[in-house]
Amino acid sequence: MNLTFPRLLLQHAATRPQADALREKEYGIWQNHSWAGLTALTEQLAAGLHLAGLQRGEHFVVIGANRPRLYAVMLAGQSLGAVPIALYQDAVAAEMVFPIQNAGVRLAVVEDQEQVDKMLEVRESYPELGRLYFDDPRGLRHYNASGLSDLNALLSEGQTFLATQAKDARNGYSVWFNQQIEQAQSEDVAALFFTSGTTGNPKGVVHTHRSLIDRAQAGQEFDRLTEKEEVLAYMPLAWIGQNIFSYAQWLVCGYVVNCPESASTVAIDLREVGPTYYFAPPRIFEALLTSVMIRMEDAGWLKRTLFKRFMAVAQRVGPARMQGSTVSLSDRLLYALGDLFVYGPLRNNLGFSRVRVAYTAGEAIGPDLFRFFRAIGVNLKQLYGSTETAVFVCLQADHQVSADTVGVPCRGVDIKIADNGEILVRSPGLLQGYYKNPEATAEVLDADGWYHTSDAGFLDQQGQLKIIDRVKDVGRLKGGVYDGAMFAPKYVENKLKFFPFIKEVVAYGDQREQVCCFLNIDFDAVGNWAERRNLSYTGYTDLAQKPEVYELMRDCVNQVNQDLSADHLLAGSQVSRFLVLHKELDADDGELTRTNKVRRGFIADKYRVLVDALYEGRAEQYIETQVKFEDGRSGSVSATLQLADATVVKKGRHEAHREAA
Amino acid sequence: MSDRGTSGKKIGDVILDVQNISLRFGGVKALTDISFDVREHEVRAIIGPNGAGKSSMLNCINGVYTPSEGSITFRGQQFDHMNSRQVAEMGVARTFQNLALFKGMSVLDNLMTGRNLKIKSNLLLQALRWGPAEREEIQQREFVERIIDFLEIQAHRKTPVGQLPYGLQKRVDLGRALAMEPQVLLLDEPMAGMNVEEKQDMCRFILDVNDEFGTTIVLIEHDMGVVMDISDRVVVLDYGKKIGDGPPHEVRNNPEVISAYLGASH
Repeated sequence: MNLTFPRLLLQHAATRPQADALREKEYGIWQNHSWAGLTALTEQLAAGLHLAGLQRGEHFVVIGANRPRLYAVMLAGQSLGAVPIALYQDAVAAEMVFPIQNAGVRLAVVEDQEQVDKMLEVRESYPELGRLYFDDPRGLRHYNASGLSDLNALLSEGQTFLATQAKDARNGYSVWFNQQIEQAQSEDVAALFFTSGTTGNPKGVVHTHRSLIDRAQAGQEFDRLTEKEEVLAYMPLAWIGQNIFSYAQWLVCGYVVNCPESASTVAIDLREVGPTYYFAPPRIFEALLTSVMIRMEDAGWLKRTLFKRFMAVAQRVGPARMQGSTVSLSDRLLYALGDLFVYGPLRNNLGFSRVRVAYTAGEAIGPDLFRFFRAIGVNLKQLYGSTETAVFVCLQADHQVSADTVGVPCRGVDIKIADNGEILVRSPGLLQGYYKNPEATAEVLDADGWYHTSDAGFLDQQGQLKIIDRVKDVGRLKGGVYDGAMFAPKYVENKLKFFPFIKEVVAYGDQREQVCCFLNIDFDAVGNWAERRNLSYTGYTDLAQKPEVYELMRDCVNQVNQDLSADHLLAGSQVSRFLVLHKELDADDGELTRTNKVRRGFIADKYRVLVDALYEGRAEQYIETQVKFEDGRSGSVSATLQLADATVVKKGRHEAHREAA
Repeated sequence: MSDRGTSGKKIGDVILDVQNISLRFGGVKALTDISFDVREHEVRAIIGPNGAGKSSMLNCINGVYTPSEGSITFRGQQFDHMNSRQVAEMGVARTFQNLALFKGMSVLDNLMTGRNLKIKSNLLLQALRWGPAEREEIQQREFVERIIDFLEIQAHRKTPVGQLPYGLQKRVDLGRALAMEPQVLLLDEPMAGMNVEEKQDMCRFILDVNDEFGTTIVLIEHDMGVVMDISDRVVVLDYGKKIGDGPPHEVRNNPEVISAYLGASH
């Protein structure tokens, strides 16, 4: 089928003209846009953009929050065969210059004054950006920049143009509009997504109508999505995740996309809308859980007790229930009771009452966090994908969910693991390439059509994909029992960091016999733990070096080792020795990046004596470190650190166990 | 940036003219012979050290105090003293230094009280919420929703005002004054007790009100930075007397003003 987004729009307008397409909360009321209304709006905008000189194949940018008119602008541009590029609305002007120049953008449609200011700044270095349109005129009354105008002006020009056009008898829209849409083919470029490369300039990922629509359909089939779904669109449209969920799948399935009133009302709007299909990165779920826990701490005795009691039941019964396994009658009754008093109201409060399918993706999610939402009856699942794959590569099926895998390959996807452990993907949703960047394209797309994800992972026995680490970070052990085994530092670090007591971890093991790691305690969590045990301490360094704290850490490490040993590929990554650092790793000292990722190499150099001491098997080591205080002064912290051993599950035992099984 | 011209604002004729106002509380002279005028669509600041008589001046304008001498001319009508209700009906609204909101009521309800003067249907119909009263309430609600949108307090629509942080309460206070659709807005220290970020927000709202609705603004403020940035003209009071009047840059260099603020070396 030769599908494009504007053709899908016309289909919905023809088959269900009065059904809701978009809703936006404005002035305290949810305002509806029907498919017919949206199509008429799109037609007018298309006519306006046509008069403004937007050409077939030309790129234009759209910047702003999820607003119905901005959605219509993207559809209007695509109707003319132009290519919309959504940019992150919180990016500063300097970051916007590159994509705009790179894609040769001459026209921008933005939400408000803030974005107009940025565009005017971009224009100083890139005068080709001639035409600017804004949705919200507030504060822009006295702007007199050339080429700047209100979207309403564009609309009325479009209306005037359309008044002179003949109507098409088939659907009541103008012949001109229908012809424009018919000219576009599914192989044409539909959109560009700029990925925020950690190094160098961002790269424009080119997707066709076919690649986006195909993946949207794959997701639709997998979860049996219908036109009855409700979605709340609150993440940036520049992010392909939001674009797929609230644009591509919206047009494919024909469900309703709800736009929140403002960024600060998302929680309220979520409750009012009660979405059935929900997507968020782990940090959003984490924030929700934290807010629940804080409110429960403040609640009265009765509520708190009920919550504790029934959450214990939920933790035991809930996940099994969600997996579809059999649950004893008494447990089922208890759970039903809990659902009535606790889980139901809680889901309602979080806006999850009607959620049928919820996804998290983007980074590893902590097992406790994941379990919590499944325990209270939210069907939270994981998926794997990226901008380059138009999201859907792997998805978890309803009853086959686990915290440390990302699901099975969905329709049309081939997965191959390269010799270095890298996951290679072939799917109809792959990018056409990076815009004007053939070198970068050649690096990720090979001649046989495999996309190199630069993630290392493997398919487990159930056929579920498991992500381990970035390929460049994966190392090999050398010598010892696990000679040549894979060492995935981030995987080990994440597993340890999921314990609330552990804040940061740095693991070493590449080209070594065994794995050793540095731990950072979470001062609040461990401090609280110590207080409850009447363990007195004078400060961070003192607390970190308490023998009791070491025991606590050892328990965590041993548990992780136990877990790792069950995994024949990663059994070698078990931690044999560890130490607890006397100071918090800090971005000011260069130990973390500004986004709080550990800089493994830098830390290894800085704490060379500690790494050596761990591998030499010493029991303690004196260290003095320079630190920078927040006011810019520097000083030094010194301590004698204890080095501790952890229990490593032996290879033989595990192998025997596997054979027995 | 020339592209972003903000000079498009048109300042009109004198809308409020204060002539030779004096105010005495027994033997204490709070204000002595103060005269100044306010032009339509301008932002007019009244500054001065503590106890200079700024709030007293504002209270004379909106009829809380009756001046002992002098007169106030509003839109060509001359008054010896103002009457609060009459002032409100003539389109003058104000906010308070120490917030006078209804703490137990929601933000929405607080703003609705600002529409009090605009509601025409009688008490009985309102109580029954019947017929014309219902239609009217919907209209008023619509207006209030526009203010909520304008002040970006959508997330707090249903929150009792007492639970909001101070900076937001100040914003609600401004919202209630705006609900009266004032032609002149008197702001009594709108930024007192705020942090830098809240001050910036408030400045933006004040300028937006002035710009979008053309509302004339008279404000009292302590923060000199703020005053100099947002006002068109400034009156300086000290010990109940006017010691300076003019555009910010002139006032800033006025030796009398400097000595009132920094103390003079004798």
